[in-house]
Amino acid sequence: MAEPEQDLKPHATPSSSQGEGWGEGDFLDEDVTTTEAEERISVATAGQLMWWRFRKHRLAMVSAVVLIIFYLVVIFAPFLAYVDPELSEAQRSLMPPQPVHLFREGRFEPHVYAVKGARDPKTFKRVYVTDPNTVIPLRFFVKGFPYKLLGVIPSDIHLLGVEGVPVEEALFILGTDLNGRDLWSRLMFATQMSLTIGLAAVAISLFLGVLLGGISGYFSGTVDTLIQRVIEILRSLPTIPLWMGLAAALPGSWPVQRVYLAITIIISLLGWTELARVVRGRFLTLREEDFITAAELAGCSRMRIIFRHMVPSFLSHIIAATTLAIPAMIISETSLSFLGLGLRPPAISWGVLLEQAQNIQALAISPWLLLPAIPVILAVLAFNFVGDGLRDAADPYG
Amino acid sequence: MLAYILRRLILALITVIAISILSFVIIQLPPGDFITSYIASMSAGGGTVSEAEVEALREQYGLDQPITVQYLKWVSQIVQGNFGMALEWNRPVKDVIGDRLTLTVIISLAAVIFTWAVALPIGIYSAVKRYSIGDYIFTFIGFIGLAIPGFMLALIVLYVGFRYFNANVGGLFSPEYAEAPWSWAKFQDLLAHLPIPAVVLGLSGTAQMIRIMRSNLLDELRKPYVMTARARGLTEMRVILKYPVRVAMNPFISTIGYLLPYIVSGSIIVSLVLSLPTVGPLLLKALIAQDMFLAGTIILLLGVMTVIGTFISDLLLMWVDPRIRLERR
Repeated sequence: MAEPEQDLKPHATPSSSQGEGWGEGDFLDEDVTTTEAEERISVATAGQLMWWRFRKHRLAMVSAVVLIIFYLVVIFAPFLAYVDPELSEAQRSLMPPQPVHLFREGRFEPHVYAVKGARDPKTFKRVYVTDPNTVIPLRFFVKGFPYKLLGVIPSDIHLLGVEGVPVEEALFILGTDLNGRDLWSRLMFATQMSLTIGLAAVAISLFLGVLLGGISGYFSGTVDTLIQRVIEILRSLPTIPLWMGLAAALPGSWPVQRVYLAITIIISLLGWTELARVVRGRFLTLREEDFITAAELAGCSRMRIIFRHMVPSFLSHIIAATTLAIPAMIISETSLSFLGLGLRPPAISWGVLLEQAQNIQALAISPWLLLPAIPVILAVLAFNFVGDGLRDAADPYG
Repeated sequence: MLAYILRRLILALITVIAISILSFVIIQLPPGDFITSYIASMSAGGGTVSEAEVEALREQYGLDQPITVQYLKWVSQIVQGNFGMALEWNRPVKDVIGDRLTLTVIISLAAVIFTWAVALPIGIYSAVKRYSIGDYIFTFIGFIGLAIPGFMLALIVLYVGFRYFNANVGGLFSPEYAEAPWSWAKFQDLLAHLPIPAVVLGLSGTAQMIRIMRSNLLDELRKPYVMTARARGLTEMRVILKYPVRVAMNPFISTIGYLLPYIVSGSIIVSLVLSLPTVGPLLLKALIAQDMFLAGTIILLLGVMTVIGTFISDLLLMWVDPRIRLERR
């Protein structure tokens, strides 16, 4: 059974100093380690215990690293992109991804070969020919298009660039789309958009879920029944048609930011139910705990009981449930944008990118347009594993 | 038992009302009323709408009256089977939707059947042979299934089919049957095309179901009665299948209530990619053309369909679980 966290806090001291008093030869080795381990566990804070438990979940640890990398991309998207994502050029339409060669004449010297576009005289299709004689060396930390990091820090340094020619004419790591825009650069900005919209939507859902779930669990009775029925009804609705209906009603004249906000709200309006369920469940079990009764008898106000005593002991569960809710939000946004009803160009998100790979013709001619599916799958998997690990770790006394 | 059915029926009714309100809101959302868009689309097509006709429509839907009256009028029209006109098609909504709704039901059912048929044995296997190589492989596939949204899987299937088998795996009928009237041959053709959409739609639900079945059965297998059965010398097959699996299946059936909305939702977007003749593509077209009558009706019917499915699963649960059947409250 979960012990209240408050009870542990008074004697929570840094655990590393605890075992030092033991002489090495005084006891049998085994004895020392077990008592030391027990000692460490009994004085560890709840946070430490959770960390130890989480660390044991290998997949969750790997996924946590993946997520950190993803959010580094979110922060440094314009730095990682090397071309302005909106720069289009019909002459460079649908270029296939270009191989990057790392070594030249035995030395490490990353380079690409120049690519020339031409029209097939028979089919009038654009074909691209690699010219192995023209070597274009890659350079790092080069000047390119200006941008503002995090919207404030002005800069024009980019991770990748080339020497000699304008970068947009030479470098196509992941190829280009129908309008000749560089897929790699667009993917960086799409990652920024899709991963932040997931967070924003989950924040709104979290607010609704904690508020309604908390009310439902704390007051019980008629209010509880009512909220539970609402949740049951919402969960039995097919969500995508409803989202489509709501999203289609957004006026086409709205600017990107407002559409972003509206889509976030639409997604979270139907997505809060699972979080509310978790919060209510925790409230119901906690209400029976001795330390809550003790707090009530000691005359704590209702607000103080909720925020000082209950919230800290189920915070970890909420974090786990929130992490598990993010992938659903990401998939929702991607699906809506894929249908052309979510974010609209000039906004760039994973769904907007995938919209170009919608039919068999596009896939047959330019299969690399399907590449943005990989980050979607990776991100969703990583969030799921981290959420799983957090859920296991959330109850460290269990 | 009756009380249980009644409770479920009332909840289903409330859900239907909630869906109808939501659909009505969606119809109302775009600026202007639908008569305005009706006139606009008629004149765009070169036709004219007489003043009297406009008056009749306004009267029929009570457009000059408060919004609640409008809602009630709309609902009573629908209950009488009059879904209004699909503007773009200039045909009654009922005619436009008819066949496509049936196909949506068929595809969703096929996906549910696939989900069950695959998740049940794999769930049992994974629980009984826990931590075996097979268990790990299925868990891994399950996670992948969870992570790939249906439409993306459809895209990948489409690409693989084209690239490696040189076949277009989309569609639900061979070209020669697409417009043909229903016949035994057409039905067989449909069955032959059904597996791919069913698998694409069912995969992520299957992944969830495997996990639910596995953890349920693991809980059951730890219970003392299983050991008793084993000690009494029952065969291993019988020990597992006779009691623990039956008990573990309960939550399995009850989750169909959440599985069905999920699959119906998914069918909309997967249909677009695989070009299946369901209501999905129709809904998207209607929404883009702001043909709100058609769109609202489709959303309403999909919702009602889901509620009916959920209600049936409730009845099924009652039939399987004696604790619900014998409950007297």
